[in-house]
Amino acid sequence: MIKNLFILLIITYISYSVIIYSIGTNQIKQEKITTEAAKGFHIWQEKNCQSCHQLYGLGGYMGPDITNIISDSTKGEPYARAFINNGSAKMPNFKLQKEKIDALIAFLKWVDKSGHSRIKKEEVSPVGNYQIEE
Amino acid sequence: MNKIFKTYFSFSLILLITTLVFGVVAALSFLYPEQYKEILPFQQLRPFHVSSAVFWILTGATASIYCFTHTYIAKKEQLFASIFMSIWMVAIIIVFICYSFNKFGGREYWEFPPSINILFLIGWLFFIRHFWLFWKVNTDKKSVYIWMWLTGILFFLFTFIEQNLWNIDWFRATFLKEMTIQWKSNGSMVGAWNQMIYGTSIYLMVKISGNKSIATSKWAYGSYFLGLTNLIFNWGHHIYNIPTANWERTIAYSISMTEWIFVIGIIQNFKTKLFGNQQHKHLLPYRFLLAAEVWVALNLLLALFMSIPAINRYTHGTHITVAHAMGTTIGINTMILMASFSYFTGNEAYEGFLRTAFRIAQLSLFVFWIGLIVAGIMKGYLLVEKQLPFGEVFAATIPYLKIVFYAGITLSISFIFIIRQLFKRVNYSD
Repeated sequence: MIKNLFILLIITYISYSVIIYSIGTNQIKQEKITTEAAKGFHIWQEKNCQSCHQLYGLGGYMGPDITNIISDSTKGEPYARAFINNGSAKMPNFKLQKEKIDALIAFLKWVDKSGHSRIKKEEVSPVGNYQIEE
Repeated sequence: MNKIFKTYFSFSLILLITTLVFGVVAALSFLYPEQYKEILPFQQLRPFHVSSAVFWILTGATASIYCFTHTYIAKKEQLFASIFMSIWMVAIIIVFICYSFNKFGGREYWEFPPSINILFLIGWLFFIRHFWLFWKVNTDKKSVYIWMWLTGILFFLFTFIEQNLWNIDWFRATFLKEMTIQWKSNGSMVGAWNQMIYGTSIYLMVKISGNKSIATSKWAYGSYFLGLTNLIFNWGHHIYNIPTANWERTIAYSISMTEWIFVIGIIQNFKTKLFGNQQHKHLLPYRFLLAAEVWVALNLLLALFMSIPAINRYTHGTHITVAHAMGTTIGINTMILMASFSYFTGNEAYEGFLRTAFRIAQLSLFVFWIGLIVAGIMKGYLLVEKQLPFGEVFAATIPYLKIVFYAGITLSISFIFIIRQLFKRVNYSD
């Protein structure tokens, strides 16, 4: 019986994974990654930006969550460019060439279009779950 | 102990030391970035700290499983485990060399260039081979820890492969797909290594108490299957705020609430565990297991609250998440692994200097944990409710994080003293 239950759970894991890879992540219409954004994603990883910054609240704690920095009316693209270009009191200057900065900005634009990092009060249902508009 | 295992055992303990040391140095860089951002850059130190922690847990868990299984396997067939240990030690050294030269490129916790993962994968296949040999000859399939080890080893393989799917373009076609799969694998991988470590914990309880029913009871199997179900579905709480399909959140939320069963069970069994086995209280492994039990209860409670999306709205991306991560990796995983290591180096006695170090470690960890929770509450409140700018919120959390930093120093020193004792033991063992 233990063996059967174990096998059943492994099958469940595989099936659920397939569902997540397909329906679970294709259900919501999303912008496909561009070549420029893909380059930016690699730079994000190579410079280990995730050590300090968060996307959707996932990542480091040294800097702010920058999921929606591009669409933020008080910040936006020029603000992001200035920080990447010069660093700050806390952030080192990575001395990136212009084309790499452009790629990083393309990546951040792509991330920004995927949704909002902060959940609004109205999106919390009475049972404590989120009901995010699909 | 054979030579490679002795080296692997020491290597694993060195990883615990590097976790602690880099944790303290990274915290210094976090608190005073203006002074240290050039000489001790945080973005370089953090990967040293987190990867050391992950490797400590994985090498510690595999060292424990090897130690408890190798006697079932013929000497010449133990070669598979030796190959696994050698490959992993080499791969981990390469990872640290990459970090030293600022060579990154991976994902969170595995931030090194992804090609190194091939070595880890090959090594793991040798470890699976070792466990398979044990599984074939071991006639006792009734003990739950055997199943937990099997589950942990297999699911680590699945989740490790899944974690590297981002290298295939299709899996990062959209940002939601990429993040969902990444955090699905991360969440389930933690569940996988927990299976290996909790299995070790039950094995130790049986060996120390001599009571085999601990590993064959309905409660033991019920907990195992509940843990496995959570491994499969519970990862969703990492990405509650990512706008994926609502049913994914509902499944994760519902399944995570089943963990209340664990909490109730632990509270019910507490009295027996704390006061029922007085004859073992002089043993260091027993003390570590007992401490782990307390930390399981505390962290489960924290995790349960964090798994309620309405509360997660305030805790997500704050230091409460760090408290949960540190509370589980130090409070649960490290305590159990220290129990295991101090058991197989000769069932160390809980007395004198070791007792003092143990007590300081527990107290420091508690202060450390509470400090992070308070800093997290502060951050969540100021960001979500008050909507203050990040800079102001960061500044408001600093006093609490300084307490965390000092507690981290005493925690590290006390652990290093205990580790020193284990080093001495392993050098004298045959």
